[in-house]
Amino acid sequence: MTAVALPALPAPRRRRLPTTPGQLALAAAIAVFLLAFLVLPVATVVYVAFTEKGTGAFTLVNFLDFARTDLFVRSFWNSVYVSGMSVVWASVLALPLATLTTRFEFRGAAVVQTLGFLPLIMPPFVGAVAMQLFFGRNGSVNLLLDDWFGFKIPFMEGLNGVIFVQSVHYFPFILINLVAALRNIDSAMEEAAQNLGSSGFRLFRRIVFPLAMPGYLAGASLVFVKVFDDLATPLLLNVKDMLAPQAYLRVTSIGIADPMGYVISVVLIVASVFAMWLSALALRGRDYATTQRGGGGLARRKLKGWEKIAAYGAVGLILALVLAPHLGLLLLSFATIWSFSPLPDAYTIAHYSRVFGESSLYIKNTLIYATLAGLIDVVLGVAIAYLVLRTKLVGRQWLDWAATAALAIPGVVLGIGYLRAFYGVTLPDGTPLAALWITVVLALAIRRLPYALRACMAAMQQISVSLEEAAENLGATKARTVRRIVVPLMTGGILAGFVTSFATAAVELSATLMLVQSNSDAPLAYGLYVFMQSPAGRGAGAALGVIAVLIVAASTLLSNMLAERNSANQGRKT
Amino acid sequence: MKRMIGTLAGLGLALLAGTALAQAPAGKVTVVTSFSKDVTDPFKKAFEKATPGVTLEVQNRNTNAGVKFVEETKANNQVDLFWASAPDAFEVLKGKGLLQKYQSKAQGIPQNVGSFPINDRDGAYFGFAASGYGIMWNERYVRANKLPDPKDWSDLARPVFHDHVSIASPARSGTTHLTIETILQGEGWDKGWRTIKEMAGNFNQITDRSFGVPEAVNSGQVGVGIVIDFFAFSAQGAGFPVKFAYPTVTTVVPANVGIIANAPNRTAAEAFVEFILSPAGQEVLLEPTIRRLPVNPAVYAKAPAGYPNPFTDPQFQKMITFDVDRSEARTAVVDTLFDQLISFQLAGLKDVTKTLHEVEAVLARKDNARSRALAAEARDLIAAMPVSEAQAASAELRAAFTGGKEKGARQAELENQWAGFAKERYAQAKAKADEALKAAR
Repeated sequence: MTAVALPALPAPRRRRLPTTPGQLALAAAIAVFLLAFLVLPVATVVYVAFTEKGTGAFTLVNFLDFARTDLFVRSFWNSVYVSGMSVVWASVLALPLATLTTRFEFRGAAVVQTLGFLPLIMPPFVGAVAMQLFFGRNGSVNLLLDDWFGFKIPFMEGLNGVIFVQSVHYFPFILINLVAALRNIDSAMEEAAQNLGSSGFRLFRRIVFPLAMPGYLAGASLVFVKVFDDLATPLLLNVKDMLAPQAYLRVTSIGIADPMGYVISVVLIVASVFAMWLSALALRGRDYATTQRGGGGLARRKLKGWEKIAAYGAVGLILALVLAPHLGLLLLSFATIWSFSPLPDAYTIAHYSRVFGESSLYIKNTLIYATLAGLIDVVLGVAIAYLVLRTKLVGRQWLDWAATAALAIPGVVLGIGYLRAFYGVTLPDGTPLAALWITVVLALAIRRLPYALRACMAAMQQISVSLEEAAENLGATKARTVRRIVVPLMTGGILAGFVTSFATAAVELSATLMLVQSNSDAPLAYGLYVFMQSPAGRGAGAALGVIAVLIVAASTLLSNMLAERNSANQGRKT
Repeated sequence: MKRMIGTLAGLGLALLAGTALAQAPAGKVTVVTSFSKDVTDPFKKAFEKATPGVTLEVQNRNTNAGVKFVEETKANNQVDLFWASAPDAFEVLKGKGLLQKYQSKAQGIPQNVGSFPINDRDGAYFGFAASGYGIMWNERYVRANKLPDPKDWSDLARPVFHDHVSIASPARSGTTHLTIETILQGEGWDKGWRTIKEMAGNFNQITDRSFGVPEAVNSGQVGVGIVIDFFAFSAQGAGFPVKFAYPTVTTVVPANVGIIANAPNRTAAEAFVEFILSPAGQEVLLEPTIRRLPVNPAVYAKAPAGYPNPFTDPQFQKMITFDVDRSEARTAVVDTLFDQLISFQLAGLKDVTKTLHEVEAVLARKDNARSRALAAEARDLIAAMPVSEAQAASAELRAAFTGGKEKGARQAELENQWAGFAKERYAQAKAKADEALKAAR
């Protein structure tokens, strides 16, 4: 995984600036960080995949077993199918929202973008319960349908149920990256096309969308890999013949001593990296960069009367669909008893008063952890993106792939790995290193790094290298060029990356659950888990969930507004 | 903040008291538990009140993660107590030498509850609350779907319950594992699996956490769940429209607490064990959000009317004797069989069961001997097992799961073999059932 040991990759087509010692040091530092907090801890767990049970001798027979087991093969193809279909449906949801809010004068664009982002922050467990109460086989929708028309729709059954839930849950990855990319397109491109007689859908298809391709692909590949590796949703829907649930079920039960769970983890990691590599391949050999900056993005067109109605209608419909779970969550947090009925029996604020005392501590911890994790992620993301896209360092792609592989590592595996790697290391007073809250932050940062990384990569792909060359020709050092030219031009992408990492880190549970050592260090998601294990705790858990969503939404809205102001400022300066 | 100041003050006091009286429990005592906040909070409050100067630090983890955590961190252990339901988790900890033996001073706790010994025979862990396994159902759901109240396991196999039943996978839920094992021990290996598979043909879902089942029943997503009793009782306590019944073949087992070997605060850990076994601690179990069965018979005097009492109620006296050793010898095999024959083949199993229900309905109107014989053949095909009871506990099969020295089949090979066995039998049974349906019409 280090930068030196690996063979050179095929010579890139893109123009690159020569390597400096500073870049080399940076690459080494990142490699060491990834080694220490990702590769090593995971290796302490996953090496089992290559050993024979009982003797511990090296063997590859486990991979042969994987290929020979019907269940695993079936699971693999199911996972591929579900991931692919989820990308399709997520695109269907994300494209209208992204285009309408960036290319047209659309009141409330920031609000729509923030609301469209909310599905990503569905708190664990309680989100699932809320979704069932709405769309489940005896959820509100189906009870009403059955009452009025005598039929039910199996929204949440089988593979199609998984696709439905996953598209609703993860489409913000596409939305947020696409919005960032659309904002970055130079309006001169669009104007040139219009001067040449192109307009309407043709303009979008031939000019705008292709230029936004890095952003779209960054989002789409994230959706694919995330769905491929996600275990919470299939488990919630009791779909077991998919790959990630199979790994989880084995690692957490009788398979804990069996290599197969870890073999599946290895397959997940390899498949995820492969998918990312494919999406990188799709962009290879094309240039998405535009030189002129500061135009404030695409020109915004006014909507005509009927267009306006259609646009608001479409946006409203999509938002209603993707926000239904959150509405369910809100109702649940105010409900006394909600059982086999379209709406709760009665309403109360008792759940909020119950969590009020404790939640301030949870909120503080969550904000600290998620902010730190988000910051670490964008710093690493920008650095890796810069090294990969702008230097000729040998093996730089491996930094990207290693960081991306984090996406495929089940939280439990990372959690156990951290305990194994760091619990033996003690501070002078005898406290294990793994017991410190900073370990939770590091685990969160590693788990969410791929999100920030994809966003930063996409942003950098849209910046023309000639701007940096110009700066250097004028005497700026590399570091100064990065600071004064590259980073400011990437602001949108960096913010998108930060927000995604921050928001998803704020509701992450699986690794946290393994690492949190005391209630005073616990984040919101942990508090939520503790509540959700008992019937009386359901409402309280939902109340905590609502608080988590509100906090993350407020932070997101804030950064969206900052992004808007930022691009407006830039526009004025030119 | 207030609590933090309280904690600090408590710590200060504890330090003072600690220096004055070396033996008095003081300071922070850490417990790893799978119990929800609704259970731990009342205990924390009562314990801290009864033992001034001690703070109970609760680390919430599910049972498997908890065991894993204690195991992974044993080199530098920071945990004092382990507190959970499933006795097998304690067996695992004990087997690895991670539990500290202790002699409890508690009075008035009998040897057995039902037919299960309350405490570990070597004093490594202590039962503090009893729980039985049974069936819970959502009254609104049952009324809306016109289902009868289920009373016994065999009821759940009836056609009327098709697609209405839910269970947790025994591989992931220690309590469900004990339920399955209870049926196997109560009815015998072959008959037991037949009952389980007939029920399974009516399953709507097999969840992956124990709490997934009561959650689904509480919210009305499924009608009937196979659960441990306190899930239903605490749901009733919270106001959900659910009911619970103990079937004839069931058992009560104790939930336990144990002191971790090398505990940083052993005196306080012992004080906690003594507290929850004392009458004051046992009474906490009666709280509406907890509703577990105390192991001290005297405490039932304070229980509300209708509270089940395993020491006097006749239904508990008939319950079967649960053989822990027999269960332990085949744990992995039983769980894997369930997953490979049922969890991962559920679609096929439900399909043929549905057809058999239709055959039964037609036969009820107009009997047909040939059809009846074919249906019986189909049922035998479904009930067939790839492994006999003796094989299940054999050294060879156990080695496949634990990684023993002798080279037998690998776990993955066995699993694929069993899955193939079930898939083939279910397909054959489906063909027979279809034929039976045709003959009946």
